Amino acid sequence: MTAGRHEPSVYERIEAEENFQELRRRFRSWAFPMTAAFFAWYLLYVVLSGWARDFMGVKLFGNVNVALVLGLLQFVSTFWIAWAYSRYAERRLDPLAEEIRNGAEAERKSA
Amino acid sequence: MSHQTLSTLLFLVFVAATLGITFWASRNTKDAADFYAGGRSFSGVQNGLAIGGDYMSAASFLGIAGIIALSGYDGFLYSIGFLVAWLVALLLVAELMRNSGKYTMADVLAFRMSPRPVRTAAGVSTITVSIFYLLAQMVGAGALVGLLLGVTSPTGKALTIVGVGLLMVIYVVVGGMKGTTWVQIVKAVLLMTGAALVTLLVLGRYGFNVSGLLGAAATGSGKGDAFLIPGLKYGTAAQGLAGKIDLISLGLALVLGTAGLPHILIRFYTVPTAKEARKSVLWGIGIIGVFYLLTLVLGFGAAAMVGGKAIAGQDKAGNTAAPQLAEAVGRAVFGEVGGTILLAVIAAVAFATILAVVAGLTLASSSSFAHDLYAHVFKRGQVTEGEEILVARISAFVIGAVAIGLGILAQGQNVAFLVSLAFAVAASANLPAILYSLFWRRFNTAGAVSAIYGGLLSALILVVFSPVVSGSATSLFPDANFAWFPLSNPGIVSIPLGFLAGYVGARLSKEYNPAKYAEIEVRSLTGIGAEQAVRH
Repeated sequence: MTAGRHEPSVYERIEAEENFQELRRRFRSWAFPMTAAFFAWYLLYVVLSGWARDFMGVKLFGNVNVALVLGLLQFVSTFWIAWAYSRYAERRLDPLAEEIRNGAEAERKSA
Repeated sequence: MSHQTLSTLLFLVFVAATLGITFWASRNTKDAADFYAGGRSFSGVQNGLAIGGDYMSAASFLGIAGIIALSGYDGFLYSIGFLVAWLVALLLVAELMRNSGKYTMADVLAFRMSPRPVRTAAGVSTITVSIFYLLAQMVGAGALVGLLLGVTSPTGKALTIVGVGLLMVIYVVVGGMKGTTWVQIVKAVLLMTGAALVTLLVLGRYGFNVSGLLGAAATGSGKGDAFLIPGLKYGTAAQGLAGKIDLISLGLALVLGTAGLPHILIRFYTVPTAKEARKSVLWGIGIIGVFYLLTLVLGFGAAAMVGGKAIAGQDKAGNTAAPQLAEAVGRAVFGEVGGTILLAVIAAVAFATILAVVAGLTLASSSSFAHDLYAHVFKRGQVTEGEEILVARISAFVIGAVAIGLGILAQGQNVAFLVSLAFAVAASANLPAILYSLFWRRFNTAGAVSAIYGGLLSALILVVFSPVVSGSATSLFPDANFAWFPLSNPGIVSIPLGFLAGYVGARLSKEYNPAKYAEIEVRSLTGIGAEQAVRH
């Protein structure tokens, strides 16, 4: 610890506030599990590409096989997660972040 | 007119236009925020296009189309890794970095640490990653000019490398981030248009029947159904278990490397707010995703219409598959002249692609040298903005000269591995340091320094002792054999080592600064105190 007892800084006060705790909880509870999910889903795909080639070669319609469909599904999931995150951020993160920012700004001006 | 002449002309038009833009941008490049971050005044859409421009290198355009054309499905594996990687940047890095950093990756890492050791480490790793990537592109440029313009003499190729090097230095020195960003935007639009045009023509030839195209590709490749599943290039039956683990290792580096690439990270500083940074990554994901879908059609189309034999006959790695396809499909649809024109267009677009990417890399490395090493390490922050920018410009010259020199020396060497090595280093050294800095309260100077050096060294050492460098016919030194590490891609070992080194390093040191962590946490999530856009 470099810092001993000291007056809490403006950031430490904000960090301790409930609405900031809520913002952090909302961000992490979405971003962390989703990261784990797409990472696992991608690894599954790579592992299947290495070890399940017969399965990947099963033709679904015409020459379109499981490998191609799974690969395209990686695109679909990537686009979907990006879209879902931007919606979530706009609805659940941005307003709260703005509220905290405005609060800090008002406090700075009145100080 | 031959396609070479036409292609050269088109390329010169691109050079003239982008130089014009660069000089125009230079009139508005006054202070450090302009030079390093384009005044933070680009919109999310503009920066999204520029992200695409920085990311879609010749390696991904010609390289992936070529791998798909020759080895089929395995090239697709590559592009999927490159795309999924953007989710790491979107969810964990882009907005938080925009809010808490200023000009370089090290700004975020040094935020609550002892600045000199951390900036030194971050500068070293930024410059290493950028030079590797740069070198691969420079050597690629030399090879490409040989294949597309018929320039085969070593002098001709060397002159091409010198030309590319000079142009990239001019873009960076004159235009800074503003000029470079516009070059990326123009290039991204051209590349997308060119790729989309050829794709539509190819699909049209097969009546928009994907199954028909796949069947023709499998036949044309000479490999049959094996062409449509993984395993012709990565993790082949002959490579056994090591090959399959190598495939996973490559996949890890691709997915985790992007969010640690310095020239990508500094893109997030060019927009006014974190929300715009998010928007730019969303646009980037859209553009890059569509682009990789186009390359899939290009690769399969080349196998179907040009044929595996003709592609490999031109270039063993398949780098000319896309231009060859452009010629074939142009001829099939519009006749002889159409083929010539389309080939010339795609060749010119490929050069534009190389030029834009090398400019982005030069900017990232010279920014880091001037801002991290010169201003904060050598001068301990005691420099004027003017002096710092001057140093950035001088270092762009030096980096350009080094890249030209190494590019000429490495002519004819198989340096394609440098791109995946750059991703592996970015994933092993930079990403752990960034994620710990943003999310772990207990992280500290020792942790950041050990994560970066630990990840960097383990990736480099493993590659030196891998089959890439010695012990096989395709190695850099085919006559020597000191390869005790069986994988060509170090990621599966070096990425966990980088994270572990960061963790252990942080735990071994008692130092940490909870007040500064509170600051970076609040700033990164709320945008309080974030750098503002410049208004001129």
